[in-house]
Amino acid sequence: MTSALGKDLLGLEVLSGDQIRLVLDTAEPFKEISERAIKKVPALRGSTIVNLFFENSTRTRISFEFAEKRLSADTVNVASTGSSVQKGETLVDTARNLEAMRIDMVVIRHGASGAAQFLADRIESNVINAGDGMHEHPTQGLLDLLTLRDHLGDIAGRRVCICGDVLHSRVARSNIWGLQRLGAEVAVCGPRSLLPNAIEEFGVIVFERIEEAIDWADALNVLRLQLERMTAGYIPSSREYNRVFGVTRERLDRAPRDILILHPGPMNRGVEIDSDVADGPHSVILNQVTNGVAVRMAVLYLLAGGRPELAEAAKGASR
Amino acid sequence: MPTRLSEQKTILSASAVERTLRRMANEIIELNDGTENLVVVGIQRRGVQLAHRLVALIEESDNAKVLEGSLDITLYRDDLQTVGPRPVVGPTDLPWGIDGRNVVIVDDVLYTGRTVRAALDELADFGRPAHIALAVLIDRGGRELPIQPDIVGKRIAVERADRVDVLVDELDGKTAVVIVPAVTNPAT
Repeated sequence: MTSALGKDLLGLEVLSGDQIRLVLDTAEPFKEISERAIKKVPALRGSTIVNLFFENSTRTRISFEFAEKRLSADTVNVASTGSSVQKGETLVDTARNLEAMRIDMVVIRHGASGAAQFLADRIESNVINAGDGMHEHPTQGLLDLLTLRDHLGDIAGRRVCICGDVLHSRVARSNIWGLQRLGAEVAVCGPRSLLPNAIEEFGVIVFERIEEAIDWADALNVLRLQLERMTAGYIPSSREYNRVFGVTRERLDRAPRDILILHPGPMNRGVEIDSDVADGPHSVILNQVTNGVAVRMAVLYLLAGGRPELAEAAKGASR
Repeated sequence: MPTRLSEQKTILSASAVERTLRRMANEIIELNDGTENLVVVGIQRRGVQLAHRLVALIEESDNAKVLEGSLDITLYRDDLQTVGPRPVVGPTDLPWGIDGRNVVIVDDVLYTGRTVRAALDELADFGRPAHIALAVLIDRGGRELPIQPDIVGKRIAVERADRVDVLVDELDGKTAVVIVPAVTNPAT
């Protein structure tokens, strides 16, 4: 069970530029399926997929579920609050139980960084990381890349700044690695308290002021300020954050060029992003959501089935 | 691999393909009793280019506008689990309803019939045509399913392992039909 992506999709750090481009190219024709009257193709008929969500999620879980159903897979959702359970033991047990039920794929979201890898090492099924702690959220990174490519054309040489709470963000990590694989210039911008200590080692530019970022960038990926962590004293208040780092209409009006605005959701309107920006002409936030389904269909399709030796032979035969 | 190229044999030249398509275009008009309600749908990849030429020929001979579309059947294949994912090469483009229309599916080479089976399944997801016919440039035999063409450019007999390639200007830089024999071990 190995595909052009390998057995699992755990993160973008381990993928090559060619592998990322393969996913994006495969996602293109999948966009059209969601526009059909009958939004379903039989590609994954008979496959069983478990959506294992140890953390809350609306967008990602529903997006995966639509992607699975539009490929005709059978899906089961397992939700768990996971607050009182010991992570390691739970995952091993869960893995064993899932294996015993003869499933084909697991989509996992977990609060612990590395949980997807942990699971992938222990089961034969394909594992797709839907967000693990502060590590990676590869399908979000891929849908951001697809949206950027839709609007900017080639990503190579483009300047993308990731703004806000980079410290807690798995989306930021997947974005940085994915963008760099495709040859983009990447920057981050946010209060020092919300940037990882050795952020420079990622090979990114660091902007201290949002005005500088807006001056520089072709696109801003505005991250959600994780308000639930506000008690930890990372920032004085959300109002002050908006005043200093908020992406506002006034600031964008002074930009030297049109800047594409992305946000992975859910948004805190009036904190990291103002409503007239989120709903404005340069916002591609809803395009991201639409692309999310296509990208996840592409990942599921590429990971599904296929014995490698036969796949190689088919490549020659299908010219 | 390079030895293959030297051994390949052309069975239809560009002008022979043109002649054959002209006859097929007339047969499509005849089969459909005109061009009313006609939709010509090419299967990705080379069926699309052939369908495009057939439409031009039909329009030329009947002086009417003919609807044209394309199908990518990759996601309807029955071998994903064994063979693995193949590149999805082109869009499925059926911009108007096919309900009640006469659809002609166009493909370059008819072999096992599995591609056509997949195309029929995909069409069914888009609507309920009044009639579906199959037109192929080459019928090489070797069917694995009970599927037969209505209109054939040329029937040929080849070994199972041989390859029959239809080349079109748009993708290959020239138009022809060639047989590429299975590679034989030169040492034996």
